[in-house]
Amino acid sequence: MIAFNKYYNKFNILSVSLVIISLLLLTFKGLNFGIDFKGGTLIELRSTDTKINVSSLRDNLSQMNLGDVSVKNFGNETDFLIKFENNENKNVIEEIKMNLDKSFGNNFNFRRIENVGPKVSAELLRSGVIAISVALFLMLVYIWIRFEWQFSLGAITALFHDVIVTLGVFSLLGLEINLSIIAAVLTIVGYSMNDTVVIFDRVRENLRKYSDIKIFELTNISINETLSRTLITSVTTLLALLSIFFFGGEVLKGFSLAMIFGVIFGTYSSIYIANTVLVRLNVSQKTVLREDKN
Amino acid sequence: MLYFSKIRIIFITLISLFFIIIASSNLFRFSYEILNKKINLGLDLQGGSYLLLEIDNDPVIEQKLQNLTLIIKNYFKEKNIKITSFKLVDQTLLFASDENSKQTILDEFKSEESKLNPYYQRFKSHQLDITEENNFFKVSYSKQGIINLKTSSQDQALEIVRRRIDEIGTNEPNILKRGNDRILVELPGLDDPMRIKSLLGKTANLTFRFVTNSNDDSFGAERLAFEDGSEEAIVSKRIILSGDNLLDAQPRMNSENNETVVNFSLDRVGAKRFGKATSTGIGKRLAIVLDGKIISAPVIRDTIATGSGQITGGFTFQSATDLALLLRSGALPAPLNIIEERTVGPDLGQDSINAGMIALFIGFILVILYIFVKYKIFGIITNIALILNLFILVGILTIFEATLTLPGIAGIILTVGMAVDANVLIFERIKEELKNEKNNLIAFDSGYTKSRTAILDANITTLLAALILFFMGSGPIKGFSLTLGIGIFTTLFTVYFIARLLTVLYVSKNKEKISLI
Repeated sequence: MIAFNKYYNKFNILSVSLVIISLLLLTFKGLNFGIDFKGGTLIELRSTDTKINVSSLRDNLSQMNLGDVSVKNFGNETDFLIKFENNENKNVIEEIKMNLDKSFGNNFNFRRIENVGPKVSAELLRSGVIAISVALFLMLVYIWIRFEWQFSLGAITALFHDVIVTLGVFSLLGLEINLSIIAAVLTIVGYSMNDTVVIFDRVRENLRKYSDIKIFELTNISINETLSRTLITSVTTLLALLSIFFFGGEVLKGFSLAMIFGVIFGTYSSIYIANTVLVRLNVSQKTVLREDKN
Repeated sequence: MLYFSKIRIIFITLISLFFIIIASSNLFRFSYEILNKKINLGLDLQGGSYLLLEIDNDPVIEQKLQNLTLIIKNYFKEKNIKITSFKLVDQTLLFASDENSKQTILDEFKSEESKLNPYYQRFKSHQLDITEENNFFKVSYSKQGIINLKTSSQDQALEIVRRRIDEIGTNEPNILKRGNDRILVELPGLDDPMRIKSLLGKTANLTFRFVTNSNDDSFGAERLAFEDGSEEAIVSKRIILSGDNLLDAQPRMNSENNETVVNFSLDRVGAKRFGKATSTGIGKRLAIVLDGKIISAPVIRDTIATGSGQITGGFTFQSATDLALLLRSGALPAPLNIIEERTVGPDLGQDSINAGMIALFIGFILVILYIFVKYKIFGIITNIALILNLFILVGILTIFEATLTLPGIAGIILTVGMAVDANVLIFERIKEELKNEKNNLIAFDSGYTKSRTAILDANITTLLAALILFFMGSGPIKGFSLTLGIGIFTTLFTVYFIARLLTVLYVSKNKEKISLI
């Protein structure tokens, strides 16, 4: 049996610092919002001419009065991603096409065009925030119905930890936040909850089984009993996610990366956060006995 | 937990076979109609355009209030009340009257049977709100009035948008209302949305008006620019003909000068008016105005009584075709703005399908190998359940002809990764039970029973997340939540019916074996 409980304090300090660092990053560095939430235009180009590169494209487009233009490679040398802010000009894409054809010859394939107006991006951001809040709230309600409030608090603390630290990593690395990241965050919420609930289920069962073991020991027993399941499920989920990350194409990279971080944090938090909340709230046999009476 | 009746076994086998056949119908063609369903590919996979259009109702509101000026004036004239100082500011109509008629005016507007201000009988709210201060009145649209106005302009705009898109002839367009001032257009397989975008961006408000030389036209006049920007002209506000009077419009080649023109024919009322205008106005210039710009302003040489005519304006064949199309399908009630566009080219779509399939295949193989290494014989059982899970999931998507998006494929891959969780929970529990229980059958039975609440809890939490995404997410994200959500049900089915059935069959044959799992 591994003595997870020996490190409860150390990992709690680590987690609190991670959350604080993440919050600082989110406040001062902020998130790199994509056009879904910031508005603007995105063009994915593929060129048939290998001589065309990022800097020549950038030079060309910077003469077009598009405001802040970002050009970078997307996946490989001949694919480019061009982004710029909302533009009053309705024919801007047509003009870019003409301009590029004139300067580089007819060597481009416009693979993807996305244009999100300021009103729509504000709405998407709002509905994303609402979706995540509703998800957290429903999880809270669900676990509150299924367990005692101490468990509920433990699970929600773990959830907030996972969401905040994942977003912190995105802020630190400057990764783009778009609609698929919202989907990833919500799935992380589901996964983290799922992992926590399995261990909690065992903690509650053990509270009924052993009348003389303190919660500090009991959480450790429960973690160990469910450990192989926790690891196997994390491994299979990560295998699936790594496969999406490496082979699923550029579009799904951000999504799968967020999920990979989320699964790792989710697994860690169900062991070291959710359980330590139970310990700190001094959950005892009485807690579940009261529930049984009800 | 360990007993299966014969009927149940047959039932489970049949269901599995059914879904295998349905799922395969995406790859093969069957001669039965019912089996020929296919999963729809989302715009991100088959390529196409997604356009969100917003109706700009402000000009409509202003126009309606402007029209109201005359109605109010005449209405109170009959009652010998003089209304003065009409003014339109910020979508509010301002006017004044004398002290004595103040109450009458307010009553007329606030009466439940008011003719000036309808809707009360139907909606328990008037169309217009009125306030008064120092004999100055402010009239504006009420909440209900705005809602009705928006709904009706959305209905009209939807019809016109549909006609225009049908005229272009794209395959299976999807045109839907969103809220009360938006229209969603999905155009699968469309590579270049430029033309549709420019056609939808035009209001196509066509009028025929005389060119005047001075500003003292009794109807008022305005200075308008020519379409090509070459010059300007002063045009009367009196409308001789509008697009409503058109029956048909077609692009034609004028054989005399090889110019492309648009031929039009008018309805009876239009033909009469056109005849009258051309007979009285010989020598004058008649401006053909589209969306506030003059296309051309030919000089009238002869009376045209046939009810048909020709629009010239230096068209190319393409622009003449588009103008004819716009005129045939009618004018939008209000301008449309494209507020969101997402276009995916067909080759990116194909690349995404390939990438998604490769990721699915590799993810699947990795998970299967890992589970086999971990659980040996029970790993095989889990893997059979996992493969059937995939078939059933794809089968359900096929039956409902659901739309599969790239995030949807990600949802399927994620389901593969998480589906083994339930079986892992069960097998780990059985291992624990076997430590204290020598009888294999009893240990397996209690393993299934005791792991049930954890499995249920774990799946309900994931389902909650999927449901929220489904109701709040948009477009491709919905596809993700759909496959993730359905995946939960297929997982529970395969774990509790298929994997358990196989486990039971194996365990009852080997119940004496030591260290079974």
